[in-house]
Amino acid sequence: MKTALSVRTICVGALLAFLMLLPVYCAVSGNYFLLTLFTRIVILALAATSLNLILGYGGMVSFGHAAYLGVGGYAVGILAAEGVTSGWVQWPIALVVSALVALVIGLFCLRTRGVYFIMITLAFAQMVYYVAAGLARYGGDDGLTIYRRSQFGGLNLSNKPTFYYLCLTLLLGAIYLVSRLVKSRFGMVIQGARSNEQRMRAIGFPIFRYRLTCFVIAGTMCGLSGALLANHTDFVSPAIMYWTRSGDLIVMVVLGGIGSSFGPLLGAVALLALEEALSRITEHWQIILGPLLLIVVLFARRGLDGLFDAVGHPRRADKA
Amino acid sequence: MLYFIEQCLNGVQLGMLLFLLTAGLTLIFGIMDLVNLAHGSLYMLGAYFTASLVAWTDSLLIAVPLALAATLLVGMVVEVVAMRRLYGRDHLDHVLGTFGLILFFNELVRLVWGPAGMTLLLPPWLNSAVPVLPGLAYPIYRLVIIGVTILVALFLYALVMRTRLGMLIRAGASNREMVGALGINIKLLYTFVFGLGAALAGFAGLMQAPIVTVQIGMGENILIVAFVVIVIGGIGSIRGAFVASLFVGIVDTIGRAFFPDLLRLMLSNEAAATAAPALSSILIYLLMAAVLVLRPEGLFPASSR
Repeated sequence: MKTALSVRTICVGALLAFLMLLPVYCAVSGNYFLLTLFTRIVILALAATSLNLILGYGGMVSFGHAAYLGVGGYAVGILAAEGVTSGWVQWPIALVVSALVALVIGLFCLRTRGVYFIMITLAFAQMVYYVAAGLARYGGDDGLTIYRRSQFGGLNLSNKPTFYYLCLTLLLGAIYLVSRLVKSRFGMVIQGARSNEQRMRAIGFPIFRYRLTCFVIAGTMCGLSGALLANHTDFVSPAIMYWTRSGDLIVMVVLGGIGSSFGPLLGAVALLALEEALSRITEHWQIILGPLLLIVVLFARRGLDGLFDAVGHPRRADKA
Repeated sequence: MLYFIEQCLNGVQLGMLLFLLTAGLTLIFGIMDLVNLAHGSLYMLGAYFTASLVAWTDSLLIAVPLALAATLLVGMVVEVVAMRRLYGRDHLDHVLGTFGLILFFNELVRLVWGPAGMTLLLPPWLNSAVPVLPGLAYPIYRLVIIGVTILVALFLYALVMRTRLGMLIRAGASNREMVGALGINIKLLYTFVFGLGAALAGFAGLMQAPIVTVQIGMGENILIVAFVVIVIGGIGSIRGAFVASLFVGIVDTIGRAFFPDLLRLMLSNEAAATAAPALSSILIYLLMAAVLVLRPEGLFPASSR
């Protein structure tokens, strides 16, 4: 157990050190491409972290999580288009609207279980997608260019390293929040409901309310990620929440290792770096990525996080 | 009024198409407990196969059976290579694995047929309209779709309820081990069922091909609508799939045709023009939400297993 812990700690520590020092490297080498790539990775890792809260710990397989990316992004985009550029206004509104959307979607979806839940979350996300595509005033299908990033007084988000560090801070804050949350009484109830819903109900916990709260927290967190993403690309369009994005987020969570605090970050780095690498080999990189996902599902079910156990403690990994 | 009837017929036609898709999905789910997101890919492949075969053979009548056989084969290969290993696993695994398959098939199609879409032209004998009511001419082809799908539905019913094979399929759904112990090759049976579902999806794709552009991603958009149908109809129930498909097809078509005018009556012209496209495309999702509130298990839940 101790060795397993240390392998994981070393890898995660190395990754964090790399993420912290990346802007320094970019400034020295003058190559800012990596910084742009990793800003995107960090932002999507935040979204994956929020999905991990409901999927990994809560057992709620949401296939519509990208909808909140869209809601957060559009909140920023629409406000910017209407002339409200202050981040102090934009971001809280983005969070509140994401929370409300998650509340409504959760109210419907959490009445269902299993496959129904997967399909319904997907359908609701598609509905949000169509609403965004129908916003003729805000570009409809073509999307909306954001001419000024959110204004935060002294913080200049157009400065690449500043924006990157902001995203990284928010990501680490979110990871911390989730890891505290799942260890709390609230998190225990959520995890208990995943393992045995009937028993939790019998003990007297109002499972629906707990799950809904968890769902709303995850949606809000993902809305924040959407606000960041809109700022990162200076653009928001319905494509930000196309259903494949929801699939990508699930892939990140599973690839990293379900229900581990740093798993989504590892998964996001692995998936997006892999995409980047494969797309350099061939323009048809998805033909490699697709079967690769299948192989991960079939043979490496516990993701990168499980791999650490396998390295540190082979037998334990076998059993799991 | 004539316009309304025409739109209703269009709705029925869309519903029939959805039924072909959902029948396969729900059959596979009901029997193998497998969520297959790649069902839309098979739909797409059916359309591409037909478009190519028509270009080669110059005959729709030759192309259609060949395309059906090809999708059946692809389905069975996919089952043997990938799906077979996913039975009995978590639904999350199904989602991920078949998501990988979607990426693979989309890219494969791009590689083989190129990124531009294809169009499939109907032969002249199908490409005309017949009067269905005085003053209302309706395209023959759409009527053919409706007719053929009803035949397929009857065939499915007969297959599952009236044949020995159907009996085995139903038996396999309720107790896999027992059927295996009685000396039935259950693996082969599952491969066949998956292939059947694939062929149904391919059939839907090839029927739709002359009406829309054959393009990458066509499967996914309709797959999500098919999910809505399944949620409304109740998963695992073919009867539910049939009723819900018609329901969703008609509501969607009628909504798109008349909702904008209806809004214009209630709102100002400008507001209606803004809201109408969004509202009419989310109508079926609202319908789904309403059904969920009233009957969380769908309208015709399959008897519990």
